[in-house]
Amino acid sequence: MITQQNVIAQIRDLKVHFQVDKGRRWPWDPKPVLKAVDGVSFDIYEGETLGVVGESGCGKSTLARALIGLIPAQDGQVLWLGQDLTQLDEKKLRVKRQDLQFIFQDPLASLNPRMTIGEIIAEPLISFYPHLARRKVEERVEVMMKRVGLLQNVINRYPHEFSGGQCQRVGIARALILEPKLVICDEPVSALDVSIQAQVVNLLKELQREMGLSLVFIAHDLSVVKHISDRVMVMYLGNLVELADRHELYDNPLHPYTKALLSAVPVPDPEKERKKQMQLLEGDLPSPINPPVGCVFCTRCPISEDRCFRERPTLIARDGHRVACHKVDE
Amino acid sequence: MSLLAVNNLKVQFSTHDGVVTAVDDLTFSLSEGETLGIVGESGSGKSQMAFSLMGLLAKNGQVSGSAEFEGQNILNLPPSTLNKIRAEKIAMIFQDPMTCLNPYMKIGKQLMEVLILHKNMSKQEAKAESIRLLDAVKIPEAKKRFDMYPHEFSGGMRQRVMIAMALLCRPKLLIADEPTTALDVTVQAQIITLLQELKKEFNTAIIMITHDLGVVAGLCDKVMVMYAGRTMEYGSVQDVFYKPTHPYTKGLLDSIPDLESDQAELRTIPGNPPNLLSLPKGCPFQERCQHAVDLCRTEKPALTSFNNYQQRACHLKEEAVA
Repeated sequence: MITQQNVIAQIRDLKVHFQVDKGRRWPWDPKPVLKAVDGVSFDIYEGETLGVVGESGCGKSTLARALIGLIPAQDGQVLWLGQDLTQLDEKKLRVKRQDLQFIFQDPLASLNPRMTIGEIIAEPLISFYPHLARRKVEERVEVMMKRVGLLQNVINRYPHEFSGGQCQRVGIARALILEPKLVICDEPVSALDVSIQAQVVNLLKELQREMGLSLVFIAHDLSVVKHISDRVMVMYLGNLVELADRHELYDNPLHPYTKALLSAVPVPDPEKERKKQMQLLEGDLPSPINPPVGCVFCTRCPISEDRCFRERPTLIARDGHRVACHKVDE
Repeated sequence: MSLLAVNNLKVQFSTHDGVVTAVDDLTFSLSEGETLGIVGESGSGKSQMAFSLMGLLAKNGQVSGSAEFEGQNILNLPPSTLNKIRAEKIAMIFQDPMTCLNPYMKIGKQLMEVLILHKNMSKQEAKAESIRLLDAVKIPEAKKRFDMYPHEFSGGMRQRVMIAMALLCRPKLLIADEPTTALDVTVQAQIITLLQELKKEFNTAIIMITHDLGVVAGLCDKVMVMYAGRTMEYGSVQDVFYKPTHPYTKGLLDSIPDLESDQAELRTIPGNPPNLLSLPKGCPFQERCQHAVDLCRTEKPALTSFNNYQQRACHLKEEAVA
């Protein structure tokens, strides 16, 4: 648990919209707008892990990219230690990125196949401190490799010689060599086997403790997110539907979508799994190009009523949660 | 008599780097209406096992041993005989439903094709039956959906179409190769529930290949844990989940984060899965096994049966592992 709650980043009403070609009848018709992230607000505290969960297409990866300016935001603010990142130009943003690093989903695809492991890990350091002595760079790379559990003798090998789990360790080393304050992990363990996944999760937790990092941990696997996070945020169709402390969210979910999501996770215990009360959702995720007018979840919600189809609920505070549902009090 | 009896199944591929044994000496049986889960990490040979049963191995693949389906060995059959068995008796659904459906053909046509070819139905009969099955897999507005192309369906819907297609000829055995891996949890829950219902309705035996132990826990009667192409443990779901007798099974179960309890740290299996080209001498799991003794490094543990049909491949005593 975090004792001191120092806010390091404030995200206010962040919107990321894309113009898409799909569904146009004539070339001169206006392009439809896909609202990938549609007005999301939350804080990130120092030293905490914020888990972000949701199904594919809910905007969690877009949110992650918008946080560090890899995708321009349409509207809203990302206040990093009080400064709005969305207003900075490329040059100033680059300097800030020392503190904001990213770990990608596909470990092999995010590493340059023509660079050795040593070069990959050293690159951020060399690019931010071009005058740093060669010897010093080598030293820091070696220290970092040791920390993430890579042997020294692999420093001159290439990414293709490694398994997925080891590539992810390289990705982590590259992200951490600049000693950032915030690391955004976009599905860092989804492509890995269970036994390897556990190794990487443990490594991230350990490094976070040692270095006092804040993590934004995006994943679709709810049990992994529960394991690593302090607070968890649930997204649906570009909207934040619930945000709460990990225990609160998992033991006492308030939003009907969170409830359905949790009940759908298969438990590796035959008796429990067979007795479990499942809340099956009907249908599929609606298209983000024309989302429902009212609550984004109303088309699949088991308890939706007239009002839900007309009015979009705002985030309200309830029992330590922030939840967007009209029927939360019923 | 069991529906499917597999004995000493072995699948080998000749590659430029040498012969790779993807599946090594599998033995199991399946009765009508029973569900067998096959779990293992990537590269453990679980998919190749399924492909070998369906005669779908790549050209450089070779299969030996026997797999008797209703008393007939289905390995190495000529294509004409195999085609008769496939679809009519055994059907398979794959991980990625988009790549398995023909993007140029309407769903309805793809479904009818199966019935016209295998059951000699007329077009009208085939259409009626196809729509009935689309209904059975809970596709809303099946009549309208019948005339749509695969790209108009979502991932979960496509997987339903694949399941409907697999069930058209009422197969006795359905092989499902990671059918829910590409899907979201809420959609996965829908598909698993559907499979459970269909299992009851059609009394189909299912071989469920997955890496998700949670899916196995909910759906399967028996489970086989594979590692580097070999069986590590085989038994009823209850026995394997509650009383695992193999260090690998135990490690696998321990490394899944629990939704209900709070562990500070996940227990892990150290190291990486082995390279099938250069398997260690002795037990394939020994390098990652915390219980490994000298014997494990020199001698391959034989697969031993106990308690009727349970199997395990480990030199250690059961008590030593628990």
